[in-house]
Amino acid sequence: MMTRSRFGDKLLHVYTWLIIVWLSSPIAVMILFGFNDKKSKSNTSWQGFTTKWYQQLFEIDGLTVALVNSLVIALVSTLVTVVIGTMLGLAVGRYRFRGKGLTNFLVFAAISTPELVMGASLLSLFVSSNVPRDSLTIIFAHVLFSLSFVTVTVRARVVTLDPSLEEAARDLGASPWGTFRQVTLPAIMPGVLAGAMLAFALSIDDYVVTSFVNGSTMTFPLWIVGSVKTGIPPQVNVMGTLIFGVGVLIAVGNAVASRRRRT
Amino acid sequence: MKGRLTPYVLAFPAWFWLAIFLVVPIAAMASVSTQTGNVIDGFVQTLSFSNYTDALGRYSNQLLRSLWYGGLATVVMIVIGYPVAYWIAFKGGNRKSMYLFLLLLPFFVSFVLRTISWGFLLADDGILLGTLKNWGLLPSGFHVLATTVAVVGGLTYNFLPFMILPIYVALERVDPRVVEAAQDLYASKTAAFRRVVLPLSLPGVFAGVLMTFVPATADPVNSQILGGTENTMIGNIIQTEYLVNNNYPTASALSFTLMAVLLVGIFIYARALGTENVLEAAATR
Repeated sequence: MMTRSRFGDKLLHVYTWLIIVWLSSPIAVMILFGFNDKKSKSNTSWQGFTTKWYQQLFEIDGLTVALVNSLVIALVSTLVTVVIGTMLGLAVGRYRFRGKGLTNFLVFAAISTPELVMGASLLSLFVSSNVPRDSLTIIFAHVLFSLSFVTVTVRARVVTLDPSLEEAARDLGASPWGTFRQVTLPAIMPGVLAGAMLAFALSIDDYVVTSFVNGSTMTFPLWIVGSVKTGIPPQVNVMGTLIFGVGVLIAVGNAVASRRRRT
Repeated sequence: MKGRLTPYVLAFPAWFWLAIFLVVPIAAMASVSTQTGNVIDGFVQTLSFSNYTDALGRYSNQLLRSLWYGGLATVVMIVIGYPVAYWIAFKGGNRKSMYLFLLLLPFFVSFVLRTISWGFLLADDGILLGTLKNWGLLPSGFHVLATTVAVVGGLTYNFLPFMILPIYVALERVDPRVVEAAQDLYASKTAAFRRVVLPLSLPGVFAGVLMTFVPATADPVNSQILGGTENTMIGNIIQTEYLVNNNYPTASALSFTLMAVLLVGIFIYARALGTENVLEAAATR
């Protein structure tokens, strides 16, 4: 009996690794083909190692513009989302007020509405009210779908806060704003940062909602889908690799830092 | 007085945003869905509910196919994801967070880029099939792209971590001593799993289904990149009707129908399982 269950555990261990390999294999392909010395138009078969795509990274104007657009849109929408999402997270985590039930419902609705419906409904509004579509409408949409995630991560942090800390600060003569800046904000900061990273990642990755509200503005995911038919240039793989690398570094750095803080 | 107003002041900007960009657009979509006209002369409200019957008459195949693909992918995700969540929760030891990190690794690559890379692996003479064909293990006419398998496989690949994580969270909360107690009371391993561990992990499975079925059913990317003309999903139709044909009423009617179908589905699901389970599942997200 014992040996049989040990064997079962081993089998599950191997199986878990197989799933991890399966999930990661497209990433390995993406990184590898950023180094492919391709001669033909399509980048589908391995033709030798080169680093020239790293040197020619910004030679496709449309792609560079799309990447810059994506970064600017992600940055601006993250900033807006973090401010209004943190405020809402504080409101629902700390206070009882009229409309709190409705607010929680709307936060949940914004998370569970399919992206397709969100994009389609925003386009319906913009078309019916003659709003031109450009980076501004993309930012409106990105703030909308990130808002709930920031609210939820901040709320999770706020409910663990001890209110007597803030009372103590007030008793010692701190102004409401001073209390917020020196007591509340540092305490909820991990939630705010986690929400900010999530908002940035959601924004830079979004294709579906953006495809409805972009007008003629191109973002990185839109440019990639647009070039599927003509063949994806290796520069896309390189940019994907660099974004992947930066993301992993930030995540690992964050994990190490929080572990150090705890010990 | 000032203290009483604080929550309203804090919530106001987000309320404003949710009202203008979530509630009003859905109302606008409902209104457009019964209008008639064209993009040059403009659209007028004529309360033509026939837009719905027309749209469904033309596209019911794609709608049913989407529900079928989304449902199938969800079931496949439960079957292949549950053992992973189980192993990490009970046998992961002090490496649990490393395994979770590895499962989330694909999310550091853009959704469309990883779908394309996946299609790349499955290409007719790509790394995988091309090599197998060279070795003579597969007939040269064999292909995966542009089939149901490729699209459902892509959906499974893209959303699998969203299934594993909530199941893992539920299993992680199961106290190992409860399982030991069951075994002390002469339950076999299988019985202990079936009657103790499995029921305790069900809220995680419910949450996983909510997090994967809805986005998988409404996803236009996988069928566009991995599928062929026989695999068109409702998402592709809605995108084309809106963005290429500028047929806003039909597209709105279809989006509204899709939303209604998914909402009714969630509602039936909630009733069948008990609302509390689903609410708890939703709360743990």
